[in-house]
Amino acid sequence: MGKISKYVILDLIRNRIVLSYLVVLLAISFSLFNLDSNPVKGILGLLNISLLIVPLVSIIFGTIYYYNSAEFIELLLTMPIKRKQIIISVYAGLAVALSVAVLLGMGIPILIYSPNATGLTLLIVSIALTWVFVSIAMLASVLTRDKAKGIGVVILLWLYFGLIYDGLLLLILFTFSDYPMEKSMVALSALNPIDLGRIYILLQLDISAIMGYTGAIYRDFLGSSIGMVFAFAMLFVWIIIPLLLCIRRFNRKDI
Amino acid sequence: MILDKTSIYSQGIRHIVLSLVLFFVSSQSLFSRVLRVEKNKGETISTAIARAESGDTLIIPSGNYAEPTIVVDKSLYIKGENFPVLDGQDKNEILETKANYVTITGLKFINAGRSDINDMAAIKIFNGHHVEIRSNIIEHAYFSIYLQGCTNCFIYNNFIHGVKASEMMSGNGIHCWHSDSLRIFQNNISSQRDGIYFEFVTNSLILGNFSHNNERYGLHFMFSNSDTYTSNIFQENGAGVAVMYTKNLTMLYNKFLLNWGDAAYGLLLKDISDSKIEGNTFQENTEAVHIEGSTRMEFRNNLFLSNGWAAQVQASCMDIVVTHNCFVGNSFDISTNGDLVLTKFDGNYWDKYEGYDLDRNGIGDVPYRPVGLYSVIIQKIPSALMLFRSPMTNLLDKAEKVIPGMTPVDLIDNRPLMKSMSSRYD
Repeated sequence: MGKISKYVILDLIRNRIVLSYLVVLLAISFSLFNLDSNPVKGILGLLNISLLIVPLVSIIFGTIYYYNSAEFIELLLTMPIKRKQIIISVYAGLAVALSVAVLLGMGIPILIYSPNATGLTLLIVSIALTWVFVSIAMLASVLTRDKAKGIGVVILLWLYFGLIYDGLLLLILFTFSDYPMEKSMVALSALNPIDLGRIYILLQLDISAIMGYTGAIYRDFLGSSIGMVFAFAMLFVWIIIPLLLCIRRFNRKDI
Repeated sequence: MILDKTSIYSQGIRHIVLSLVLFFVSSQSLFSRVLRVEKNKGETISTAIARAESGDTLIIPSGNYAEPTIVVDKSLYIKGENFPVLDGQDKNEILETKANYVTITGLKFINAGRSDINDMAAIKIFNGHHVEIRSNIIEHAYFSIYLQGCTNCFIYNNFIHGVKASEMMSGNGIHCWHSDSLRIFQNNISSQRDGIYFEFVTNSLILGNFSHNNERYGLHFMFSNSDTYTSNIFQENGAGVAVMYTKNLTMLYNKFLLNWGDAAYGLLLKDISDSKIEGNTFQENTEAVHIEGSTRMEFRNNLFLSNGWAAQVQASCMDIVVTHNCFVGNSFDISTNGDLVLTKFDGNYWDKYEGYDLDRNGIGDVPYRPVGLYSVIIQKIPSALMLFRSPMTNLLDKAEKVIPGMTPVDLIDNRPLMKSMSSRYD
């Protein structure tokens, strides 16, 4: 398993896309921090990167990589290796390579300009989102045989998690504005990994506003240690469930 | 002109005689005595006061004094040596002054009684003028310093630490009622209900006090016209600072810090008119300034830094001018509850401003709208705060900026500054 992951990682490094991802992240992060003397504004810019760009790159690159290495995977299948092991190795290799890119590309500028709890949270959330979206990418590409269709599906998924879901939530909020919605909002937010990550960063960034009565439920729940554990457990579930489904499908798949 | 020598001499002598007479009349202190409380002979402070006369100085040597309420009914200068402890034994008021020209300094008051019927205090000043309470320590009192019907009193450099209890169980640090021309300087007040409480107090100056960690308000005042608050720090109070039903208020260079909570305001202004709020710093409050029902006010040169909401200006306000302020790092700059806006924003610095300045005169060429669509939504549906900073709501905010529909049209800063003039943050 380690051997296959190592091969995947080496392959990823050689194909330069991960490297250019790293360089782009570095460039964006440095320029965001340099735009304004106030590092909080840089963090705000990075927040958008981590909520939109990181999931996008993870999900699309994950899918493309899977399709491109379909022949390699087929070759591996002829070897006496368990299918489960192959798929996990490919996943681990992809996720590790992309996480390293995020860790360096965002981590170095954060370390220089904003080495505090907010920066650290942002970095952790970005890495967690990378793992989640690579996992979703793997599931989507195992499920669809056609490459174009697969990429279309993951772009739709990204749109759904990144934009449409929040729009739906807003719609629900408006529709049921006469009812106490706070608790159900917490539950609903757990159904979107991007929202989970965003609320985590909000708890750091906008703590003054969240201390108001409107944010009381989020502060009391997500700000407490149980809430922290819950949110991280949910993110973990978002990594594990698609991966498990993917393994199940891959095991039965006629390749 | 020829001077008459004798007239000059006689005038000189008259001057000397006059000044000698004035000297003896005015310096009654020459004849006043310095008394000591003879603690080792079993004398109490009350009996020492009884044998003193107006104008005397009474020195209280260090030690423990637990006696019934001490009443100062003469103009005395009462001074403690090494902070003698006056103990109220949790049952009575410690000291009352009922005379004018009283000075009390260098004493330590502890355990004043608590009562639900009387407002018991460590030091109570009744209807006096020129009473000075200077450099005392007051601990565990219900009310600490209580002034009632006083004029020209001076409360200076006292350290007040109350009992941190529920709002009902604790009293105010410096409580002033129906007074005039007070000066309250450089006191340190904590763990009371309200740090400084003013009701019907006029023409007074509050300067350099540090009021922090109080149960309710750091400063609470009502019906107190023509007062000035300068260079005070109000920090981590349960509900910040509340100012209500007052005219001609001046607040300069105060700091409002870290007032967090469900109903906490840096500064709550209700029914205020003709007032000036200048050079203050509001930092990390849930709601830095909340204004309602106020008219003719000016906010100038204030710094709003990292607050949840920098200012909540209700539609019930009129003729408020907000100019040359600096808004940096707030989650929301301005929020309001209606479409009617009679507040004028002009020439402020907003860190969220994204316009440009082609003619390089330091003023942005595009107006700035400090109320975003999203803060309007949150005002209507509080639970939408959870979607704050989501890419979706950012998109909505941007769309609203291009074509304003839901945000109040008149809430606009036509001359936003490109650079903050404030060097008070970094």
